[in-house]
Amino acid sequence: MNLHIDDHLEQDVGVLKLSGEIDAYTAPQLKEKLLSLVEEKQKVEVDLLKVSYMDSTGLGVFISALKLSKEKGHEFKLVNLQENVYRLFNITGLNEVINIENTVEGEIT
Amino acid sequence: MKQAFDFVEMKLPAKSEFVGVLRLTISGLANRMGFSYEEIEDLKVATSEAITNAVNHAYYDEDTGEVTIGFGMYDDRIEIMIADRGGSFDLKEIREQIGPYNDGETSVEEMREGGFGLFLIDALMDKVEINNNHGVIVIMTKFLYENEVGQNDDQISTTQ
Repeated sequence: MNLHIDDHLEQDVGVLKLSGEIDAYTAPQLKEKLLSLVEEKQKVEVDLLKVSYMDSTGLGVFISALKLSKEKGHEFKLVNLQENVYRLFNITGLNEVINIENTVEGEIT
Repeated sequence: MKQAFDFVEMKLPAKSEFVGVLRLTISGLANRMGFSYEEIEDLKVATSEAITNAVNHAYYDEDTGEVTIGFGMYDDRIEIMIADRGGSFDLKEIREQIGPYNDGETSVEEMREGGFGLFLIDALMDKVEINNNHGVIVIMTKFLYENEVGQNDDQISTTQ
């Protein structure tokens, strides 16, 4: 019931690799890290491969990041979403406004 | 109208670190009832959204330190009640006061601070009701559909 956040650079792209669950408890630390990365880097990628659970608090964080990236003229995208996580973007229509690449279906370890 | 059901009630501190605990609970109960993997995911999101709203309410309103959660497990559905006041449920009283969430504009507005929270609850559950008289109580229902119930052998003979 925790969220592990790992950030590193991949050819000038700020990559945030997340693993665990995004909810009301873990979202604030994610928001802090993600927003400062979006503020700093021209391109930011969030890897959600190992995120097994997310709810609207996560959607809220990504909306904030999207807004900030637009303000700054920076790029922001989400990659490797599990089916159940992508579903929330789909239901809310946020998949239309947030850049999402690759959804995956498979076992999460 | 009267139906036998199992009822589980729990109280959690109105703190975000317990949202995950509620998720584990609903996951266990829904699994026991025979909900599918996808439906259990829906239930986890919906209950988390509801308790997150309750926790946020408690945060603004200092005298509420607990969230009360009730699970009514029927043959064909689960009803989940989440109240942001610490008291126990008087089911009959709550039933009499409840209305569909579209009817009470104020309660919807109040929940909107959760952003997409209530929207998701509504999308993922079959029925959502909100009572706003003494704190906010959300009651949401998800039905067990027959094709997912039919895991056991005697299902065939009973459908004739």
